[in-house]
Amino acid sequence: MTILDVKKVTKSFGGLTAVAKASLKLEKGELVGLIGPNGAGKTTLFNLLTGIYTPDSGTISLYRDSQEIMLQGLRPNKICNAGLARTFQNIRLFKDLTVLENVLIAMHKNVKYGFIPSFLHLPSYKRQEEELINDSIELLKIFNLDDKKDELAKNLPYGEQRHLEIARALATNPSVLLLDEPAAGMNPAETAELTRIIKEIRQKFDLTILLIEHDMSLVMSICERIYVLDYGMVIASGTPEEIRSNKRVIEAYLGEEVNNA
Amino acid sequence: MKKLVALGLTYAIIQILIMTNLISDYIQATLVTICINIILAVSLNLITGFTGQFSLGHAGFMSIGAYICALITMRNPTVYGFLIGVFAGALAAALMGFLVGLPTLRLRGDYLAIATLGMSEIIRIIFLNLEITNGAAGLNGIPQFVNWTWLFIFMTATVLGISNFIKSSHGRACISIREDEIAAEAMGIDTIKYKVIAFVIGSFCAGIAGALYASYFYFIKPDLFGFLKSVDILVIVVSGGMGSISGSILAAILLALISTYLQSFPEIRMVLYAAALVAIMIFRPQGLMGSRELSLELFGKLGDSLKSKKGRV
Repeated sequence: MTILDVKKVTKSFGGLTAVAKASLKLEKGELVGLIGPNGAGKTTLFNLLTGIYTPDSGTISLYRDSQEIMLQGLRPNKICNAGLARTFQNIRLFKDLTVLENVLIAMHKNVKYGFIPSFLHLPSYKRQEEELINDSIELLKIFNLDDKKDELAKNLPYGEQRHLEIARALATNPSVLLLDEPAAGMNPAETAELTRIIKEIRQKFDLTILLIEHDMSLVMSICERIYVLDYGMVIASGTPEEIRSNKRVIEAYLGEEVNNA
Repeated sequence: MKKLVALGLTYAIIQILIMTNLISDYIQATLVTICINIILAVSLNLITGFTGQFSLGHAGFMSIGAYICALITMRNPTVYGFLIGVFAGALAAALMGFLVGLPTLRLRGDYLAIATLGMSEIIRIIFLNLEITNGAAGLNGIPQFVNWTWLFIFMTATVLGISNFIKSSHGRACISIREDEIAAEAMGIDTIKYKVIAFVIGSFCAGIAGALYASYFYFIKPDLFGFLKSVDILVIVVSGGMGSISGSILAAILLALISTYLQSFPEIRMVLYAAALVAIMIFRPQGLMGSRELSLELFGKLGDSLKSKKGRV
């Protein structure tokens, strides 16, 4: 069953075509990698999927409860509420807020009390805030961040900031999760821990995951399928084994000289 | 509970001082200015300090509340007329905030500041040219209904309402816009909606402050609500600390006291006042309180540590 269907999406900035007719498809429950050399358009594609940029042409459909939702042209908050959440390559936490508050903000769409209860702190406010806080702490436990819930996000070590970004994205209750270089800047031990967490949350939350990553050992070990992007175009897709031996992929990464040598 | 006791005590002490004539009229006027400035600063802090939207138009919203309340109480000089005037003024200011906010809040930073500045100038010039508002001469002889009790009620309601709002999920949505607008949107927060909401709540409170001003000082004219008044409010917010409600309160009190004390040096009053502001910004660039809050617990801890020190001596 397809959950995310991207068809021929194009985005140009002036004369530069960052993403050119890129198409990709995610089946429900899959863990798919998106790789490509620097400047290939991977993050731009993420920004198109999450509504930060609007595609010049092409369609993006998300299927939820067998209903098709067209995502192109929607504002980022609508896309998030439709069930597509993301993390950022250059961590974008709410730095001056606590770990708990970061997660609480992402849970905002679950809030049912209106403005009057928030001015007066009526019982409906107190009951729901308690629920939200409990849910947030449960979520933080998966990342071993529950005992740091009152710490400011900016004071967390780098690896934990990356974990908190994933926790915050999960708090929006997504069906598809986009991870933009989750292992960037991590040492092998931290990467191993991250791999374990990605596997765990995928099981627990019934997620479909698309991840951009430069750490090939991570991509090859956990992704079931891989898309390769170069100059904004999808140049290859397939299982890790197929990608490893694909000529065009090797060219894109190592340059054409490989052929002549 | 402790909060209620502290509030009740503050009210009672000042009420007794006023009833026993221990406070002169002059000091009473300062007290009124402080209360009104607290309402203005706390509400602007919601827009600028918590939601991160730089607004230079707060005096414009204040003037709407002032004129509407004045016009209503002049035609219906009873306490009910006054209360209707306050709420009508506040609602009109909120409506204006909504109409102005919807198009301008798509702008960021300095662009928004200039747009709000222009908006408040438009409001001022409308009041300057309308017949019903008596143009540049302004309205005189507005019935005086505001006393310490009303001031205290409106001030406490504003401060508690806004500080409760900040601690709710809707308030956190506003704060997330200040922290990182792109991340907030990506986490499902409707940033335009929450910017407009902060703006509407802020201008509603500014309308209340304007109405109280008109009713206490019984004279208003368009010049009172110009650009300088907006800057005055912003100065209180910045020197108290962006994103600290107790900071705004503290700064409103402190700056009014400095200004009152300096009345004895009329020639160099504004020079010294400005120098005090420069000093605050040099030694506390984040404002008196930064983004922290004073709380009763803090006083409790302070008391405990003093006791333990005494014990050792």
